[in-house]
Amino acid sequence: MKAKVQVMLKAGVLDPQGEAVRHALGTLGFDGIEGVRQGKVIELDLAEADAEKARAEVTAMCEKLLANTVIESYEIEIG
Amino acid sequence: MKAAVIVFPGSNCDRDLAVGFEGAGAEVQMVWHKDTALPQGLDIVGIPGGFSFGDYLRCGAIAAQSPITRAVIDFVHGGGHALGICNGFQVLTETGLLPGALMRNANLKFICKPVDLKVETTSSVFTQSYKPGQAVRFPIAHHDGNYVAGPELVAELTDQDRIAFSYANNPNGSTADIAGVLSENRRVLGMMPHPERAIETAQGGSDGAALFAGLTALLATA
Repeated sequence: MKAKVQVMLKAGVLDPQGEAVRHALGTLGFDGIEGVRQGKVIELDLAEADAEKARAEVTAMCEKLLANTVIESYEIEIG
Repeated sequence: MKAAVIVFPGSNCDRDLAVGFEGAGAEVQMVWHKDTALPQGLDIVGIPGGFSFGDYLRCGAIAAQSPITRAVIDFVHGGGHALGICNGFQVLTETGLLPGALMRNANLKFICKPVDLKVETTSSVFTQSYKPGQAVRFPIAHHDGNYVAGPELVAELTDQDRIAFSYANNPNGSTADIAGVLSENRRVLGMMPHPERAIETAQGGSDGAALFAGLTALLATA
C-alpha cells in the first residue's frame, strides 16, 4: 500500500521560502499571485494492506518524525 | 566536572565544544550517537553544532531519534544539565526538551558572522558569570536559526525569565529577537550563537569563556 504525506508550514507561520518564490514569479512577469506556500511531499511504500491501519501508522510517523507539529501540519493520502 | 559531547554524523563543532568544557576544567568524553548510554557520573552533556545527518528532513530531526538522544532525554529528565549550540539547539527543540522551533532564516541566507547579543538573564549556571544586560559578541553560522514561538510561548518565556540571550540586531527573523532559551528547570540551554567559538582572543573574541567558566564554578559545588 502506498501513502503520500504532504507537510506544510501551519497557517500563520511565515514561510520565507514561499515568499521568495512568490517574489521570483513576480519578477518573471506572473502577475496576481497573492501568496505562495512551499511544503514537502513524502511517499511511503508500506507492507500494510489495510487502509485504516496504514493511516494510523502513518499518522504516528508524522507525529513522531515526518512533521514538526510545532510549526508544521500534515495531510495523509492512502492508496 | 565531567562532561560528555555527543557526536552525530555531520557534527562539526564537537571538538570546539570539548575544548570549551576542558578550558573550564572539565574531563570530557566524546560519545558516538549510536551509543545507548551516557558515561556515569556526568554533570553536563553538550550537543554540538554542525549538520547532523545532512540536515535531512529538518535540521536536528533525525539526530533527535538517535539512540543516544534517548539517553540524553532521560539524563535531562533526571535533572541533568545540557547545553545545545546551533544544530544542538535544533536537536533539543526537535526532542521537545526545549520549546519552539527553528526554521529557515527570514532572508533565506546562510549567515556566518559575529553578532552582538544581550545577556537577558543571569539566573542560570550558563549565564551567571555575566552581568545582567551585558553585551557580548559570539559568532553565528546557520541557515535555520529563525526561532519561532507563538505569543503564548513568548509570554511564558518572558514571565519565567527563560530567554538567555537576545540579538541586538536580529539577523534571522527570530521571534522577539530570541537567540537562546532555557528549560523550565533552567538546566538546559539551547542557543544558535557559538560561545565555544569565542573563548580566546585568537578566535576574534573571548566573550564565550565566561559561559564555560560559570558552569564549572556551580557544578563544582553541586
